[in-house]
Amino acid sequence: MKDNKLSILTNGLIKENPVLVLILGTCPALAVSTQAINGLGMGLSATIVLVCSNIFISSLKRLIPDKVRIPCYIVVIATFVTIVQLLLKAYFPDLDKALGIFIPLIVVNCIILGRAEMFANKNSVVDSALDGVGMGIGFTLALTAMASIRELLGSGSIFGIALTADLIDPMSIFVLAPGGFFTFGCLIALVNKITKGKAREKAKNGCAGCPSAAACQQAKEGGCQS
Amino acid sequence: MREAVIIIMGAVLANNFVLVRFLGICPFLGVSKKLDSAMGMSMAVVFVMVMATAATWPIQTLLLEPNGIGYMQTIVFILVIAALVQLVEIVLKKYVPALHKGLGVYLPLITTNCAVLGVTVLNIDEGYGFAQSLLNSFGAGIGFMLAMFLFAGVRGRIEANDYPESFRGIASTLIAASILSLSFMGFSGMIDGIFGM
Repeated sequence: MKDNKLSILTNGLIKENPVLVLILGTCPALAVSTQAINGLGMGLSATIVLVCSNIFISSLKRLIPDKVRIPCYIVVIATFVTIVQLLLKAYFPDLDKALGIFIPLIVVNCIILGRAEMFANKNSVVDSALDGVGMGIGFTLALTAMASIRELLGSGSIFGIALTADLIDPMSIFVLAPGGFFTFGCLIALVNKITKGKAREKAKNGCAGCPSAAACQQAKEGGCQS
Repeated sequence: MREAVIIIMGAVLANNFVLVRFLGICPFLGVSKKLDSAMGMSMAVVFVMVMATAATWPIQTLLLEPNGIGYMQTIVFILVIAALVQLVEIVLKKYVPALHKGLGVYLPLITTNCAVLGVTVLNIDEGYGFAQSLLNSFGAGIGFMLAMFLFAGVRGRIEANDYPESFRGIASTLIAASILSLSFMGFSGMIDGIFGM
């Protein structure tokens, strides 16, 4: 693992962006990216859970027996998710309603479990915290970018501020389900274009962190992401 | 009966878990390359979804809510699902080896499948009764299977085509999913239309 603290922090931002390069956490990325504010809210909620669980798991790494580590991670993650869920309900009820079921589903977000297994499990507390911050911000950036594009095309606004709504009719298909898949597909193609296909290679690293990768590999018979 | 049909049709078509609600996207993109593995995965999902609902619904209504600890839902549900998947795997291995051979590899994948946790939480959020919850979970599983089945067919065809290099791999898969999802939009007004709600 790299020693450089800064590279740990920036790793998740662009080079190994969890959503656009590692293709992890696709469910929330598609579902909540209808409005920029929802993307930002989801990203930040997941970041808080990710940083807390990374710190907690890396400080407990000597205590957790290897055989039952995944259930232990899930308990730690679920605890922080519940805390975030209660905080959102109390202070941001609108956001809680908009994100709905995807708040409890942070528990099974592969980014968080993946980082626990891949990074926090093997690195110091400080490094794990930095990794959590970097990956979390990368997730937030990707979600906010995707949500902004969908909101601009689908409702003619960004963060609720009307931009093109009066000039051209918004294409509401972009805030519906097909627009989500379409925007995500185009963004990944753009990343492939910019990195000249290197990103596609890295998508395989995303799989290595997934606790069910072994079963997944078998199920797919060869190769992770196509 | 009418209500049962509405719940099932809603879960399978109008609110398809994968294509409309965006739950269970990882296996949808990952395991849909071959038809037989897509079907194996879907069978396991239907099975675990119904079992998980049968276990979590009574826990929520009989144990958590009367004791005022409904907020423990997330932790309890994920643990119950994880334990259940393990248990099912052990039982199948011992008593129904043929079924274990078919579903075995897919079972560990399902613990972290958001569609399973999703359906159990949605059943509680929607305020469904026990029978309604089971129907909804069954429908959601069948909807997942339908999406996987259709998509496995579509994917076989896109691989053979000539399209820009950048779109190769996951990007083209997502665009294809977008078009499939577009066709499911056609079901959105169906239930209101048929049952005049």
